[in-house]
Amino acid sequence: MSVDDRARPDVGMGQPGGITRRRFFGYLIAAPTLVTAARLGIDLTDPSSAAALPGLPSALPGLPSALPSLPSPSDLVDLNDILTYAADPTANLIAVIINPNGTASFALPRDESGQGITTSSAMLIAEGLDLPLSKINISLAAARPELLFNQFTGGSNTTIATYTPILVAAALARQALLEAAAIELGEEVTDLTTSAGFVYSSSGAKLSYGSLATKAAVMTTSAASVTLKPSSDYTIIGTPQKRIDALAAVTGTKQYTLDVVVPGAMPTMICRAPTINGTVVSVQNAAAVQAMPGITNVVTISTGVAVVGQTFGQCIDAVIALDVTWGPGSVDDLSDADVQAALVAAELPFTVPTLPILAQTIDVDFTFWWKCNSALEPQTAIADVQSDSCQIWSSMQTPILVAESVAAYLGLPVDAVTCNVTEGGGAFGRRMFNNAPMEAVEISQAVGMPVKLMWHRTDEFRYGRVHPACTDHVQANLLLGEVLSFEQRHTGVSTDYTQGFGEILTSLAAQLPDQNFLEYSNTIFETTVNIPYNFGITSQLLAEIYDYDTFHSGSVRNLYNPDVVCARELIVDQIANAMNIDPYTFRSQYLNDSRALAVLDKVATVGKWGRKMKPHTAQGIAVHSEYHGRVAALVEIDCTPTTTNRPLDSCIPDVTGTTGPRVTKVVFAVDVGLAINPLGLQAQMMGGIMDGIGEALTTSLHLQDGAWLEGSWDNYFYTRQWDVPFELDIIVMPPTTGDPGGAGEFGVAASKAAVACAYARATGTLPTSFPINHNEPLQFTPFPYVPPIPQSPDLQPPA
Amino acid sequence: MPNQTFILNGQQVNVDCDDDIRLLWVLRDLLGVTGPKYGCGLNVCKACTSHCNGQAFNPCSVEVGNLQPTDEITTIEGLPATVGKALHPMQEAWLKVDVPQCGYCQPGQIMTAVALVNQLLAAGISTITDADLDSIANVCRCGTYYRIREAIRDGAKAMQS
Repeated sequence: MSVDDRARPDVGMGQPGGITRRRFFGYLIAAPTLVTAARLGIDLTDPSSAAALPGLPSALPGLPSALPSLPSPSDLVDLNDILTYAADPTANLIAVIINPNGTASFALPRDESGQGITTSSAMLIAEGLDLPLSKINISLAAARPELLFNQFTGGSNTTIATYTPILVAAALARQALLEAAAIELGEEVTDLTTSAGFVYSSSGAKLSYGSLATKAAVMTTSAASVTLKPSSDYTIIGTPQKRIDALAAVTGTKQYTLDVVVPGAMPTMICRAPTINGTVVSVQNAAAVQAMPGITNVVTISTGVAVVGQTFGQCIDAVIALDVTWGPGSVDDLSDADVQAALVAAELPFTVPTLPILAQTIDVDFTFWWKCNSALEPQTAIADVQSDSCQIWSSMQTPILVAESVAAYLGLPVDAVTCNVTEGGGAFGRRMFNNAPMEAVEISQAVGMPVKLMWHRTDEFRYGRVHPACTDHVQANLLLGEVLSFEQRHTGVSTDYTQGFGEILTSLAAQLPDQNFLEYSNTIFETTVNIPYNFGITSQLLAEIYDYDTFHSGSVRNLYNPDVVCARELIVDQIANAMNIDPYTFRSQYLNDSRALAVLDKVATVGKWGRKMKPHTAQGIAVHSEYHGRVAALVEIDCTPTTTNRPLDSCIPDVTGTTGPRVTKVVFAVDVGLAINPLGLQAQMMGGIMDGIGEALTTSLHLQDGAWLEGSWDNYFYTRQWDVPFELDIIVMPPTTGDPGGAGEFGVAASKAAVACAYARATGTLPTSFPINHNEPLQFTPFPYVPPIPQSPDLQPPA
Repeated sequence: MPNQTFILNGQQVNVDCDDDIRLLWVLRDLLGVTGPKYGCGLNVCKACTSHCNGQAFNPCSVEVGNLQPTDEITTIEGLPATVGKALHPMQEAWLKVDVPQCGYCQPGQIMTAVALVNQLLAAGISTITDADLDSIANVCRCGTYYRIREAIRDGAKAMQS
């Protein structure tokens, strides 16, 4: 892998969007040691909003322009509580604390589950404060309801939203330390400099930040302003930095929810219905199961029958032993073919008027099948419900919504609910939904003690969230070497957006009739998809079928674009082919965006586009714009029979079937405007590439009679080592806009599209259903549905 | 209740529990050894990979009653001690390449890598091939696979020096 040698930021004054030497406003916070803060979600250069005390946030980023009418929120949460939170002097503040031992602390109001945002946040503080990374402690903030919409981890938005506020808070701290040092030394601030946690004076004096921390503390909170250094002076931002939690990860000491010790919290699992949304009618043997070894409780809850025991192994035994009569689910009469037919029937018509008689039409309808988030750490939550309070530990992308929902469920004030955000073992959108915390709360209340809930892997596949199946109907019209029109109709099973913006008002709004589609699906679709080519008349429209809660749906590392872009880029190749133009050359000629052209050219050059390939192998190329950034992927795929027919049991014993094609090489270029941590950005792109490979070739769920067939990683073929490219080059482009863009979901779409394009070129057939093996005979025997989870194998240990 | 005894990270341990509890839960829920992670309980994802007598195995799929008192179980917590260092060379390689993202699978990945390299070295093979790496079934949902391949090749060299 490489970071482009020009990747060091050199964006200074006057660069569009880059931080200029304007004054930024924040606070000095009353505390025994130095605490500085800045507000999230507003323009920090505007003193009237940035430092106004108190006041409602002047802008709520990402919020739909008009909130729909609300149902009676007082039934669930007191609106005045929320308004009070918003008016609180500390509303939307994030704070940097300078500790007397010379370290800095920062509680990040986001969920770290692999994205690297604890590392990049530490880098921002290090940059603003002139303190080594090793002296910066980042924790995850517990739910802070007063943050309103600003404690929602999703949409690859963390760095976009927190970049300037963190820099401002850190720079204010450095300024306050300098001012304290000036008093201490009897010198002018202008005669002082900082470096690596120390203040130096021109006279040779040296004071540590630790020694100044309490001296710089203030008795009353007040507004303050600071000038940020120009980005040309950055020494940390833009440099590759390793993860701050890597040592904990490789030594097994990094703490996830299941590793948190809460006294008395017992292992807990749930026996679930055989079909989606099935319900418990009766439990025949609760007493007998409760008498099983280690089991202490069996209790029916809204989503199944919970068992509590001494070990998770005994909980698995108990779940398997339960004899439950189940009611029907919500989609028992639906299988893949039914959903596909319903999607096609709901496709919106194309709008291009009658075309000249000589026009050539390309018209293809693609199907993209269900995908599961399936983070490696399953859904987990610890809940301790007391009569007047509740504590939760879980990796939560929407902790405020969890706190508000739990408060409503338990009839407690929101501030009686503490939601501790633990680091997650992956999320991919799954932890936006509060299923595990809510179940844990329900069980803890029912059994009268704290519980440690864990979903089984099979639960994750069969009862978890899915990225909806969808079709992409694309029509392009060509005439005399010109593209007259390019239209795309994306039709999906509804995506559940009831997480809203991570708190209860927008969550409730999303549950109103039609609002999930109008305020969320359609808004997000229209603001994220695009056709970056000069293609005459263009349009992209979304339609959805079923209600948002017919299936348990959600985003899976991106929303629409992995599918929309895959379909679009495949048709771009078809147009190029019809015009007898090379796919790269065609894109170069028709792209209407210089940043997209730059990443395209980069991968074509580095990846040696057009080099001679052997039969049944080919290159593919694709571009994508989203999250204020641009990416391009060049892929080489091997579809020779020798490779495609590699038996899976050479890698995993007892699994029949074959691996399918192999992507042998990927060259990827990413321009996020400004890469805070190029190394972390490369990691995120690598993950997106692996998702793209899997989604194009092997990764999907199958729906049959209202239930998912998959129940294990050896059924649901996410990318594994035997699918990994031999060559992988991820190029971080030099800064362009000077402002950071999104990263977490950004790598998937172009990778998936390039793999699909390469496959089409290698095989000479246009795939129209993804993953390409979805409609082939199953390579596994599905686990039974009753019991809902399989017993663990009983293998002999190695001698 | 039966007494189970085996050697865990160099120490003889005793725990009272039924024979049929899978070792993963004995480690995690009864002994508080949380380095091995649960990812499936089906011997598929390999997140709990540890060593039994130096070979990779998955404690989620072995009943504790099948262990002998002399069986030596090594989890990620005990890996550095097997080479008498603060960190095993494979862990050092993981840090050098900055492999982890969420980190959840990485203890298992490292234990798999060490066992694989040791097995190859014992057979007199010092070069790690793509086929060797392809044989690793451990799931990484963050998709760190390519860095894992780099780190194993690095770590294998360090293990021979």
